[in-house]
Amino acid sequence: MSHSDNNTIYVSSNVSGHFPGGIHPPERKAPACNNSIRSLPLPDELILPVRQHIGPSGNLLVEPGQRVDKGQQLTEASLSLGLPLHAPTSGIIHAIEERPTAHASGLPELAIVIKPDGEDRWGNKHTIPDYREVEVSRLLELIQQAGIAGLGGAGFPTAQKLAQQKPLRHLIINGVECEPYIAADDGLMQAYADDIVAGVKILQYITHCDSVLFAIENNKPKAIDAILAAIGDDSQIALKVVPTKYPSGGEKQLIELLTGEQVPSGKLPMDIGFLMQNVGTAYAVKRAIIHGEPLLERVVTMTGDAIAKKRNVWALLGTPIEHLLKESGFTAQTKQRVIMGGPMMGFTLPSIEVPVIKTTNCVLAPTEEELPAPGPELACIRCGACADACPATLQPQQLQLLAKAKDYDALDEQNLFDCIECGACAYVCPSEIPLVHYYRKAKAEIRNIAREKAKAEHARQRFEARQERLEREKQERLERHRKAAEARKKTQAEKAETPSSDSKEKPESGGKSAAVAAAIARAKAKKAAQAQKADEENSSAKGNES
Amino acid sequence: MSFKIASSPHGHSQHSTSSMMRWVCYALVPGVLIQSYFFGFGVWFQIVLAVITALLAESACIIARDRPAMSALRDNTALVTAILLAISIPPLAPWWIIVIGTLFAIVVVKHVYGGMGQNLFNPAMAGYVLLLVSFPVQMTNWLPPSTIGEHSLTLWQTLHTILFEYTPAGYSVEQLRAGIDGVTMATPLDAIKTGLTQGFTLTEIYDKPQFSFLAGAGWQWVNLGFLIGGLLLIQQRIISWHIPVGVIAGLCVPAFFAYLFAPDLMAGPIVHALSGATMLGAFFIATDPVSAATSNRGRVVFGLLIGLLVFIIRSWGGYPDGVAFAVLLANMCVPIIDRYTRPTVYGHGERK
Ligand code: SF4
Ligand code: SF4
Repeated sequence: MSHSDNNTIYVSSNVSGHFPGGIHPPERKAPACNNSIRSLPLPDELILPVRQHIGPSGNLLVEPGQRVDKGQQLTEASLSLGLPLHAPTSGIIHAIEERPTAHASGLPELAIVIKPDGEDRWGNKHTIPDYREVEVSRLLELIQQAGIAGLGGAGFPTAQKLAQQKPLRHLIINGVECEPYIAADDGLMQAYADDIVAGVKILQYITHCDSVLFAIENNKPKAIDAILAAIGDDSQIALKVVPTKYPSGGEKQLIELLTGEQVPSGKLPMDIGFLMQNVGTAYAVKRAIIHGEPLLERVVTMTGDAIAKKRNVWALLGTPIEHLLKESGFTAQTKQRVIMGGPMMGFTLPSIEVPVIKTTNCVLAPTEEELPAPGPELACIRCGACADACPATLQPQQLQLLAKAKDYDALDEQNLFDCIECGACAYVCPSEIPLVHYYRKAKAEIRNIAREKAKAEHARQRFEARQERLEREKQERLERHRKAAEARKKTQAEKAETPSSDSKEKPESGGKSAAVAAAIARAKAKKAAQAQKADEENSSAKGNES
Repeated sequence: MSFKIASSPHGHSQHSTSSMMRWVCYALVPGVLIQSYFFGFGVWFQIVLAVITALLAESACIIARDRPAMSALRDNTALVTAILLAISIPPLAPWWIIVIGTLFAIVVVKHVYGGMGQNLFNPAMAGYVLLLVSFPVQMTNWLPPSTIGEHSLTLWQTLHTILFEYTPAGYSVEQLRAGIDGVTMATPLDAIKTGLTQGFTLTEIYDKPQFSFLAGAGWQWVNLGFLIGGLLLIQQRIISWHIPVGVIAGLCVPAFFAYLFAPDLMAGPIVHALSGATMLGAFFIATDPVSAATSNRGRVVFGLLIGLLVFIIRSWGGYPDGVAFAVLLANMCVPIIDRYTRPTVYGHGERK
């Protein structure tokens, strides 16, 4: 710990911008980042949810009982946003069924379950030794086919992000990893700096960007040294050392830190000429292009005092968290929490049978002493500590009041949706109000309302479209009838032309009056019948009375 | 195995509301010690009375409002309100003064408005103002500091006076104040106010025994005591510097210019800063988060407003001090201050 303190002084920051707020929770990264990245024995089964990224899932290419090789494609991306899935090791498809997945809700999702055969046998690989001879569109295709999603946060498909054709000012490589405990990127940068920088150069080639800002927090001196060495004398890549403060690694905060600019609300970094990629993504891109390996594994930090061997491990996608915990010397405490992600933004797992997915960077199993569960929520004392900590300069205490009052319009006016859910406000709140929890609930509510509205709007549009169609059909019918009548008239007129001209009038008018007379007679008869019926009813009712 | 589900973040900083309030109590210690040195044991009795009343009133309100009693009592806010009120009133004020004031502060100002966090006004100051307008005589009966007064009461004499309104020997507080030469010793701010209306110049007034080398005898040390406690709070990050700096600047800057223009009529910035309830107000009362502005810019504006109001009330108003009125008036302006000082949200910079 003191070691990292010393180095914090030694590595001075060289960024010009800064963002407001932010907090300095204890870092607790040392145990995990001081070892190399370990590989673990294969688990008994790998659980691969078919949908691991934003967007729809792909079509299945395999069926239960089938034998697969390492790297073999399991699903085919159906739409532009989808990503294919690959077998992380060789084995047999054990089942394709619903399994609990690593999601805050813990709801089961369709997953491909593989029983490894222990051979770890690769299928075919298409290596590209010199990507500069390949077209950009082909590289994008390869990245897409390798199933690479952003390994930092939301898991947005990388090729998709790269393919947006807008002029770039800077390509930003995010090696900040500001959450306490997590050291996965740190470990990766220390051990694979050359691969990461090679990946960055591929990204540069794809985006035609000649300015790369490679950002690392100043509490990672070893990673900084490694990356500096890997960059060498490449003048297009600038290493930016940012001060240690949470949440410096947030996309928007990092952009403000590096450039002094803010991404306008509702816009993407791309819109103002920035593209951000995580270091893990750069590494995965390099593996995919140069070695022909799809994304099969990632670095996961195993940490927390309930874990004996705190360290970084290589975890195959689909590895059950239970397996990782067992291999790391985990002893469950009473009231044990197992958190996927860090203490600030991670979520507690409802079950440890859930698998590692592309965005799993940390498994944190803290003891109660280490991260005490929050005490009872007290009333807000308007101390403003939350507002001071908010990197988005929101007024968390106001948002909290409005969220409790369900005043959704006012929440919108106070820009609830600009909250990045970093948790800094809740971290500092002396009344231990679970602020982020209230915001999530309110956001979900507002989204629901919007969805309902959209549904209603959709229904209205459908209704109106139907009305229009009916009206149109009616008009068409009338038109048809009119035409038919005209045609009839014409033929009649033609017919009439053959007999005399005055006899033409008579049968028509006579016909008309006859029809009218018949109708009147019919109406009269009906009325009479009704009157008679009413009389009968009356008399029967009277009879009942007497 | 079942696991605990919790919402992020999963950690928390050290500060809790109750520990913050506890720190406020600690920070009051230097000022209170100095105050009891100069003004006798009375202040301790007042604190004890106020705390007991506050805790009983708070419990009763919480029970009446059907709230979980323990967690609400544990936040220590009633404690702080009680102590602030107790040290603001004259140490020899009769016991029912502090009891009424505390009851009003806790029951009406705090709980009628919805309890902790909901009150629009600073409870201690609202209680103080109620007492000041209802019982002006008792509320201005300050004995001169022991260094210049002729009487320093023993523990027993003090208690007797607070309970029965006269000393065991039968002197009323008024008689004690008058002293043997029959001249009532006013507080320094009082002395300035009345002295000026009687046509004395400030230099003449400063010759009175109430004044010593900086501001008022005794008072200046009490103020310095609260200043030290206040700095401790800032250092511990219990309060931010914005409000106290605002208050002191809002009071001293106009006082400085007024003094430049009319040195015979306007008390200088140092006298203002170190007399009356200036430091207590700036660091402990105006900073009550519940009734203060929330953003940093807002806090500066809020502080400046209080300082300016104190200056105006002291210079031209009907009361010698005015901190309590200034705080309450500024409390009323908080919604509008908050509205106009709300910082621009990330990503909304270009708008407007
Ligand atoms: S930090 Fe908590 S108590 Fe303080 S203003 Fe924010 S929500 Fe209220
Ligand atoms: S969670 Fe939202 S409101 Fe709270 S500090 Fe982060 S951005 Fe601000």
